[in-house]
Amino acid sequence: MKSAVITFPGSNCDRDLAVAIERVTGHAPIRLWHGEQTLPEGLDLIGVPGGFSYGDYLRSGAMAARSPVVGAVVQAAERGVAVLGICNGFQILTEAGLLPGALMRNAGIRFVCQTVELTVENASSRFTSAYSKGETIRIPVAHHDGNYFADADTLDRIEGEGQVAFRYNQDINGSARAIAGVLNARGNVLGMMPHPERMVEPQHGGTDGARLFEALAQSVLERA
Amino acid sequence: MKARIHVTLKDGVLDPQGRAIHHALEGLGFGGVEDVRAGRLIELTLADDTSDDDIDAMCRKLLANMVIENYRIERVA
Repeated sequence: MKSAVITFPGSNCDRDLAVAIERVTGHAPIRLWHGEQTLPEGLDLIGVPGGFSYGDYLRSGAMAARSPVVGAVVQAAERGVAVLGICNGFQILTEAGLLPGALMRNAGIRFVCQTVELTVENASSRFTSAYSKGETIRIPVAHHDGNYFADADTLDRIEGEGQVAFRYNQDINGSARAIAGVLNARGNVLGMMPHPERMVEPQHGGTDGARLFEALAQSVLERA
Repeated sequence: MKARIHVTLKDGVLDPQGRAIHHALEGLGFGGVEDVRAGRLIELTLADDTSDDDIDAMCRKLLANMVIENYRIERVA
């Protein structure tokens, strides 16, 4: 599997994501800086990591979404390349228009940092096919702006189309309909606030995150 | 020429920061505050020939997130 992980000024989960991808798939990702105008040829996966890109100036993810490399990511997504945005990466993908909705300040104002239980709502995407629909998994969250918002029509549409990938089992941040992760209509872009890369080996306290990367690697094999 | 861009949350979008400010005002003993909505003011210093369309495009492309926010442009001499 050929993958790339992007680093923005202020990213802080880029290395963890790269390590997780390599440990689970056996292939080390290419590391890309935010100023790149073009992406390497033949990518199967682009990882947009967590952190505080550009210091969260203006809005979380707003500046990164207008950086040169994200323009190339949008084009790659339109060609069908898998794009995974985690935490700040999810915020960046919504700001870039690749995913519906927006991520606002947590309803309780506080930063939340804890391991949470999620329900897998869609287990047929290339990101989630190693899970079972309705399964509960444990993945950590660490965010201040994870309160998912979209208007009621959009929420109805994405629920109807199976674009809700994960839901929180408990309300931790005020997200509309407890949405923790969203797919685009085509199913090749996933944004999620929880951090699967922080749950890939037993020493992390669990391995539920590893199956997301296993599913991606498997989908690449099936497409080859 | 200057333009002030007032960015505010759309009606119906929960504003946790506004709510916290509201609680803080009440904590200071101010009565009669019925609601608080927090927004953002961005002041642009612009070339005199900058068109309204250009300023509007700046708002739509970056300064406001149209999913959750409205904006109002105020030209200042």
